[in-house]
Amino acid sequence: MYKYNDFDEAFVRARVAQFSAQVARRIDGSLTEEEFRPLRLMNGLYLQLHAYMLRVAIPYGTLNSGQMDQLAHIAETYDRGYGHFTTRQNIQYNWPKLPDVPAILSDLADVEMHAIQTSGNTIRNVTADHFAGASADEVADPRPVAELVRQWSTDHPEFQFLPRKFKIAVSGAKADRAVIKAHDIGLYLREQDGEIGAQIIVGGGLGRTPMVGKVLKDFVSLADLLPYLEATVSVWNLLGRRDNKYKARIKITVHEHGIEDIRARVEARFTQVKPLFGGIDMAMLEEIKAAFAPPAFREAATEAYDRAYATDPVFRAWADTNLSAHKAPGYAIATVSIKTPGQTPGDASADQMRVLAQLARDYGHDELRISHEQNVILPHVHKSDLPAIHAALKEAGLAAANIGLVSDIIACPGMDYCALATARSIPVAQGIATRFDELKLEHEIGPLKIKISGCINACGHHHVGHIGILGLDRAGVENYQITLGGDGTEDMVIGERTGPGFAYDEIIPAIERILATYLELREAPEETFLMAYRRLGMAPFKDALYPPKEEKANAA
Amino acid sequence: MPRPFTPKAITANALLEGDVIYLDHSGQWVRDLRQARAFTEAEVAEAALAEAAKDGMVVGAYLTDVKLGEHGPEPTHFREEFRRTGPSNYFHGKQESKEAEAHV
Repeated sequence: MYKYNDFDEAFVRARVAQFSAQVARRIDGSLTEEEFRPLRLMNGLYLQLHAYMLRVAIPYGTLNSGQMDQLAHIAETYDRGYGHFTTRQNIQYNWPKLPDVPAILSDLADVEMHAIQTSGNTIRNVTADHFAGASADEVADPRPVAELVRQWSTDHPEFQFLPRKFKIAVSGAKADRAVIKAHDIGLYLREQDGEIGAQIIVGGGLGRTPMVGKVLKDFVSLADLLPYLEATVSVWNLLGRRDNKYKARIKITVHEHGIEDIRARVEARFTQVKPLFGGIDMAMLEEIKAAFAPPAFREAATEAYDRAYATDPVFRAWADTNLSAHKAPGYAIATVSIKTPGQTPGDASADQMRVLAQLARDYGHDELRISHEQNVILPHVHKSDLPAIHAALKEAGLAAANIGLVSDIIACPGMDYCALATARSIPVAQGIATRFDELKLEHEIGPLKIKISGCINACGHHHVGHIGILGLDRAGVENYQITLGGDGTEDMVIGERTGPGFAYDEIIPAIERILATYLELREAPEETFLMAYRRLGMAPFKDALYPPKEEKANAA
Repeated sequence: MPRPFTPKAITANALLEGDVIYLDHSGQWVRDLRQARAFTEAEVAEAALAEAAKDGMVVGAYLTDVKLGEHGPEPTHFREEFRRTGPSNYFHGKQESKEAEAHV
């Protein structure tokens, strides 16, 4: 893992000191709220419905055990004993008090963490494939590139007052697990003629105007990557619309100018910017790469795993859903579900965080990852340790065997916390998960991604859910629109709206009707919901959701 | 004819805790909507808001619609219902402090 150098350490400490003084000046009245607000947002501090919310960056979703322990300590000392893992691989605390925030930031700095650029019109925390460095289908580890981008973008003087926020994601694998095409810039690392570089995707995004990212350049060598990113962001910084915040994101700029025009401008800017880098970026990348060298994988027998798999059905169910293929022989990637049916998606208690940290220390080469799907990953575990890991997870209430299934739902905080929300998301997620757990249909239904947002800004990625749910305020009541057929992978598709929305107490039965229709019409259990939707189209699901009027009258 | 004026309360968040607060009849900030002052005249409400917003210890003061219930003002919109209660996934926030008060 990357270790802070003296510069990083000094920078983060200086920022803590600066913000501590700003908080003090706000409390003694020297700063007005108008003056203070941009300063707190620069440090990840929002004011939400019931309290402040502190959003802490987890760069490219990577944590070590000491950092996880510290997140637990903060949850217990300054908050309500839990934290919320977000769809941007961050953690949010929902109840900090303003006078405590400097101490929280100082505690974070002790473990090389911070909340800088988790808000505001800057380049936000860089996200990455949560299986980075572990997955069997990986071409290159995205984390060194993500760390390089983090260093370049942190406090970048040209990019502190962008037209709007800017999100960059990196994947180095064949399968896209990082929703690359829904980012302002997405990078697919790939190999060409023996050299690693990146395909640059630009102008993707969800929110009010969902767009699938477009290829800006098919291959940029790592040596040209930072200058190319700088050229792209700087072209947008000038062109991007500052007159209307709903049209300010780069997706709109690309849409309005056309990808060819943007490409020509980026190329022209690149020739100006490239000489300014002078190779220092590549020297830094080499240093960073060394920090992400793979751990010393051990060679051992996997009998303990095979035995448990053959004899313990609970373990087998968990192994079948929660493990993924690792690049090292005898190893697996274990995804710990933070989606126990009935619980809040992405919420982990301080005790659970400590269990996860301990498991990483004991069995996981001290590494943990947070996924944008709001789960926690032990990326490097030897299979022989999995029975012990599973037993510990069971004890901590973290052994749900549901990864990629109906109850593994993404949900934003919604109107239970968020000041922007127009409806609640969390209870809808809880309700769906609980209902299908009761029906015992989860494994029958198979792979399914349900994603719920409590407003049009789409933090819950509803557009790319196989089933997406968007909570709105319709004439003073919560109303939920459904989209079907969305896909967040490398073949990204924006889901299609079914029709009129559903009331709060109608949304779970509506989801049930969609899935009953799927079970009835699928050709075989191997045909997933998404495959069946692509074959059948919207019509049968629409019929199930909106029965003709006579039927309604009869039913009533 | 002008539209009838919906009664309003003045609400904000407290600077230190971020908790939801309301302005009461004596111009003090209170934590319970039922103790809030309900303004029935637009000009009086606007003037009181302008004054209340000057308080450096509160953030984001605004007027919110209320209806007059038996025990005082009540919210008319679900957002304000959540603000005066707390989140629905945990028994945190105002609902929790009310419970504590009830057991005193």
